[in-house]
Amino acid sequence: MSCSDRPDPMQSRQAERPDANPSRRAMLAAGTAALAGVLLAPGVHLIEVAGAEVAARPAGEPASSKVRWGMLIDTTRCATDCNACVKACNAENGLSGGTLPTDSQWIRKVEIRHRETGRTSSAPVMCQHCANPPCVDVCPTGASFKRADGIVLVDRHICIGCRYCVMACPYKARSFVHEPLTTQKPEVPRGKGTVEGCTMCVHRVDRGEQPACAESCPEQAILFGDLNDPESAISRRIREIATTRIREDLRLDTGVRYHGI
Amino acid sequence: MQPVIATATRPASRFWLVAAFGTALVAAGLWAAHYMEVEGHIVTGMNNHVVWGLPHVFAIFLIVAASGVLNVASVGSVFGKKLYKARAPLSGLLCLAMLAGGLMVLMLDLGRPDRLIVAATHYNFTSMFALNVFLYSGMAAIVGIYLWTLMERRMNRYSKPAGVAAFIWRLVLTTGTGSIFGFLVARQAYGSAMLAPMFVIMSFAWGLAVFLLTQAAVYAWNGMTVPAQASRRMSRLLGVFVAATLYMVAMHHLTNLYFARQVEFERFILLDGGVYPLLFWIGYVAIGSVAPLVLVYAGDATNPRNAALAAALVVAGAFCALYVFIIGGQAFPLELFPDALTRSTFYDGQVAPYAPSLPELLLGIGGVAAAFLLTVVGVHVLDFLPRDPDAEPASASATG
Amino acid sequence: MPGMVPTRWLAAIAAALCAAAFAGAAPAAEPAGRVAKPSISVDRSTQCIDSPEVMRRTHMDMLRHQRDRTVRQGIRGEKVSLNGCIDCHAGPGAGAAAGSAVGSPDAFCETCHRYAAVKLDCFECHQPRPGGAQPARAQADGQSQGRAARAAQAFLAAPATVPGNAPGSGPGAAGAQR
Repeated sequence: MSCSDRPDPMQSRQAERPDANPSRRAMLAAGTAALAGVLLAPGVHLIEVAGAEVAARPAGEPASSKVRWGMLIDTTRCATDCNACVKACNAENGLSGGTLPTDSQWIRKVEIRHRETGRTSSAPVMCQHCANPPCVDVCPTGASFKRADGIVLVDRHICIGCRYCVMACPYKARSFVHEPLTTQKPEVPRGKGTVEGCTMCVHRVDRGEQPACAESCPEQAILFGDLNDPESAISRRIREIATTRIREDLRLDTGVRYHGI
Repeated sequence: MQPVIATATRPASRFWLVAAFGTALVAAGLWAAHYMEVEGHIVTGMNNHVVWGLPHVFAIFLIVAASGVLNVASVGSVFGKKLYKARAPLSGLLCLAMLAGGLMVLMLDLGRPDRLIVAATHYNFTSMFALNVFLYSGMAAIVGIYLWTLMERRMNRYSKPAGVAAFIWRLVLTTGTGSIFGFLVARQAYGSAMLAPMFVIMSFAWGLAVFLLTQAAVYAWNGMTVPAQASRRMSRLLGVFVAATLYMVAMHHLTNLYFARQVEFERFILLDGGVYPLLFWIGYVAIGSVAPLVLVYAGDATNPRNAALAAALVVAGAFCALYVFIIGGQAFPLELFPDALTRSTFYDGQVAPYAPSLPELLLGIGGVAAAFLLTVVGVHVLDFLPRDPDAEPASASATG
Repeated sequence: MPGMVPTRWLAAIAAALCAAAFAGAAPAAEPAGRVAKPSISVDRSTQCIDSPEVMRRTHMDMLRHQRDRTVRQGIRGEKVSLNGCIDCHAGPGAGAAAGSAVGSPDAFCETCHRYAAVKLDCFECHQPRPGGAQPARAQADGQSQGRAARAAQAFLAAPATVPGNAPGSGPGAAGAQR
């Protein structure tokens, strides 16, 4: 089932495309919307039309390696004083938002100043969802694992809290819960003594939504999609523009790419 | 000539006093662990940037020294030196005791120590920790069997193969301990193939140091004197191991200095990192390596007091070295963008804060006390004292 | 005259024990007050996913099996769901058990688990209240993030320092020391 026939806001932002006849465009938009509505499996899940090419997985179906979720972050659109993505992640996942050394941070804005050139940029950094994750290699119980669709998670049912994965992660993506918690979100269980990190909002992705950070960015700097689908917006975009990965030299094959750093 | 066994002459009250002291410290450690488990690690000085703190310094010292203390027995069984053979049972006991103490600290510091059954039933064998479950429990079993072959006369002829097995096993175990850090590519302090052999050499030095300290104490409490030859040979051997460790550490840092990307980290550890260069140069190099070398080679090595003092200095230096290695290695920020300075709310680009807290210290001391208690009880109840054929009889001079 | 073995005492005790055994073994003919039972408040307007007898014996296995299907395999929407249990059993219709699955003697999970003295681990991590609750430190979030933003501005605006400068706690140490 191809999801590439729905309107893509990334495309509509680009002024380079030749402007088609306005009435034809309106008809196309209406027709596409109707077609999309007809194609959707009735009853089970709604699919977000705005910006996402993500389909909700039907009930009872496991995650599949045919899909590989990834993100492209365009840091040329990141402002230093904006941390909408951080606030959205905190709200979605029930994090306190505090910045003490013992507070959990699943995503943070990193301000960058290149030494020799003096150029500054700003980037949100979260779990990079590597294809060769060091955190998965070192977890003694296998609690840190990579799901079939590429999302790296902590199975907190078997996490013993040894923090070896925190030592192993080159991005310092994992946090350890230092105190008892009572205000967890029902879809995001988290507890004292276990390790946690960005889940790419797996509870939202499985419903066909985007991660909270991607959805909340006012500049739409975070593009989420299926890296295994050559026609998805993210795949097309990373063919067009130069992107890089943090610590590319480690060859971890991360699912998160950056443009502009 | 029948060697003299000296346990009978020691006043029993001293044993109970020492055992009570050890038990009290163990209880304090257990209380600290309980407090940490109930309140969460927020009551410690550890945080999301320095996740392994003082308890790990204690635990890794105990485990590395546990492996190394068995060296004394190995030199006896594997290499056939009689002086060491007499000391083999005590060395085996110390190995078991310190392994128990170190593992106790490690397991009680887990975020979910109630999930030990999970750790024992779910294994990811690419993880050094999962392999360690088998290495450590296997070590305990092998040393137990080895002790049996040493102390049960009918099994004495098997003590050499058992000793060889124990020797090989503990080399693998200590290699594993070093590889816990050696396999980590993320941090500039770790991720080096040198760490495994470095830990093996460190185990030789620290284990022998612990053995010398224990020997001095046990002899003193039993009114015996360490024979002069024993003192000289063992303290000279300690000197060799301390020098070898210094060589490994020096090579590790020197090699790092050749890599431009490692220079900033080395400057932090060796020069301007605050407490870390202090502990490294003064604690590990001066007090923990140079001073013992001077004592042992320039001083009177036949004097057991010098041997014990050198050993104590080596142990102090070991703690300093581990503190710098484990905590300093975490305090230095990860390099996300090698050509840039960074700042964030998550200590990117900044040295992470860490200050040891009382619960951590009590837990660490509790582990040492557990090893101490096991040794004291073992020496009191069973025949672990070194049986030197030419030792002075117990009822004679009570020096040491 | 008392002998070495207190036969009469022994006989009396044996008889008392037998009587008690027979009395206790009497089929559970509704011992109103003999054996305390947990008083469970349940929403009777809906159906549970299975009968009470099956649920009592197997709910722990259901949950343990399902957690792997959900977390590790990513299978959603199946019959067994901890949130599903909580929404019903601690939902508004649950009477005395409404509000939270644990935390009070009437809470649904707590009644039986206290009775059977089986420690619950689920709610170390899972939210026992249906629908969750607001994060308590929303206020702190605003302040600390604002501070961090100002610190970041200062860092970026500062003149470029000597390359190779070791990172210290310069301007912008946003986090407070413990």
